[in-house]
Amino acid sequence: MSDENRKHDDTAVASGSAPGAAEPDAPKPATEAAGLNVQVSPAGGPESASAGPAPSVPLPGDTQPRDAERAEEERIARENAEVLRRMRQQTRRSFLVAGAAALAGLGAFEWLTSRREDGGVPWPFRQALRLNEQLARDYFRPNRLAPSFPASAAGDRLNGDVGMEDEIDLASWQLSVEGLAGRDEPLMLGLDAIKKLPRVEMTTEFKCIEGWSKVMTWAGARFSAFMAAYPPASPAEDDSGDDESPTPPPYVSLETPDGGYYVGLEMESMLHPQTLLAYEINGQPLTQKHGAPLRLVITVKYGVKNLKRIGTIRYCQSRPADYWAERGYDWYIGL
Amino acid sequence: MRLEMRAKHPLAIRWCHWINFPLLALMIWSGLWIYWANDVYRLGLGRLTLFHFFPNRFYSAFGISGSLAKGMAWHFFFMWFFVLNGVVYVIYTIASGEWRYLVPDRHSFREALLVTLHDLGLYQKPLPQRKLNAAQQIAYTTVVLMGFGSMVTGLAIYKPIQFAWLDSLLGGYPAARFEHFLLAWGYVLFFLVHVTQVVRAGWNNFRSMVSGYELASIEEGAGDAHE
Repeated sequence: MSDENRKHDDTAVASGSAPGAAEPDAPKPATEAAGLNVQVSPAGGPESASAGPAPSVPLPGDTQPRDAERAEEERIARENAEVLRRMRQQTRRSFLVAGAAALAGLGAFEWLTSRREDGGVPWPFRQALRLNEQLARDYFRPNRLAPSFPASAAGDRLNGDVGMEDEIDLASWQLSVEGLAGRDEPLMLGLDAIKKLPRVEMTTEFKCIEGWSKVMTWAGARFSAFMAAYPPASPAEDDSGDDESPTPPPYVSLETPDGGYYVGLEMESMLHPQTLLAYEINGQPLTQKHGAPLRLVITVKYGVKNLKRIGTIRYCQSRPADYWAERGYDWYIGL
Repeated sequence: MRLEMRAKHPLAIRWCHWINFPLLALMIWSGLWIYWANDVYRLGLGRLTLFHFFPNRFYSAFGISGSLAKGMAWHFFFMWFFVLNGVVYVIYTIASGEWRYLVPDRHSFREALLVTLHDLGLYQKPLPQRKLNAAQQIAYTTVVLMGFGSMVTGLAIYKPIQFAWLDSLLGGYPAARFEHFLLAWGYVLFFLVHVTQVVRAGWNNFRSMVSGYELASIEEGAGDAHE
């Protein structure tokens, strides 16, 4: 339709532009609702000449064809009315669809936010966190390292004391290791057992889930070295003792001595080369508030997983409980 | 004058536009919940702080405090839909050829200046009428690029070790967080200008973003093309 009109329009302009063409041009800029509120005003411009097949083109200065002009104006008015009618119809239709879509969106939102809670968030959000975790674990590579900084860039910041509200007697502290190969009892270790493992020092950016970060220097033993020295029981062990390369248990759980704070970690992250059982910060032994005598430092996780004052390390076959994951946070929070 | 119903915005673009609106709002809102936990940005120099993002009154007025976990859960849920919708929009815009109306060219910056002066009442001559004027082209193209920027800076904050190269490209982890925050402000500013212009442009224009059609008079090129 518009193509056809345009053609007529062209002819109209051509013929209408003859000298002294009757009516004054329809005024007006294209701004401000062009023709919109004007509704069906037959403000006959030169286009009024664009008649149908048998045009009665008004000649310049012709006084006769008043009636023809009127008829033409009426025809245009009728056509405009039809355009407006179709426009209104289209508008009505689209706004109904839009309204229905908006309602559907609100309904979906209402549904989403009113679901049963799973670990402090409605389950669809928990499921999304788990999906994100699966994708992140697929993408994870142990050789991707947190950038290192010069030791001179190291600073200090303290945050969080859940599970270590009171100081402990460092002399009597012992680390309990559970789930070891060939043992049903927990193994109790002193700090010297950790210090016997190769010492690793690194200056990396500690990242808090709150959004801040701080470069700090840590020293300690790689968890991978610890695990090599104190290997876990493998699930296959019960069936056949001759497993050549036993698959490590998929999870590790860490707890403060009072059990007040606990984190769960998957094995890939625990075996990352920058995951340390640390006993020094910025060249000094850990202070009580930094988690003396031994804490976890794991660059591929937010600070909340970097458990201070380790009381228990447990190899686990199933996903361990996690203090913050029970309070609405993602369990994985891998960086 | 004769009227016609002129197709203006394709269906896919209208859907993407209106789906993006609540999604972006949710991303910004859940982003505020996250930002609250470490609200360190401010306008100021040295000791002098002109404005702190955000005053406690703001947090309490909108109940923002103490929702970090919720904010992260929402942010990492809706991000998929936000990105997906953006990807659909970009693919459609390229494949359909609509990008020709959208992407500015080398003349656009001069014209955009005239459009701006015109809108401020400082330039009276008529401007070329197209579906999107140069100021719109620049604004709408920029906002799409900003969406890409939010995705990239977001990824850099979300997985800073797996994408450590991205963080270093963006100037480091804290810088990426700040850039992500700035982009959120960019959307807010865009929104304010956009809504102002839509109100100024009037019903015919607004309706075309819903129905797809604008009412135009045949003899005068495009109708009102503002916003």
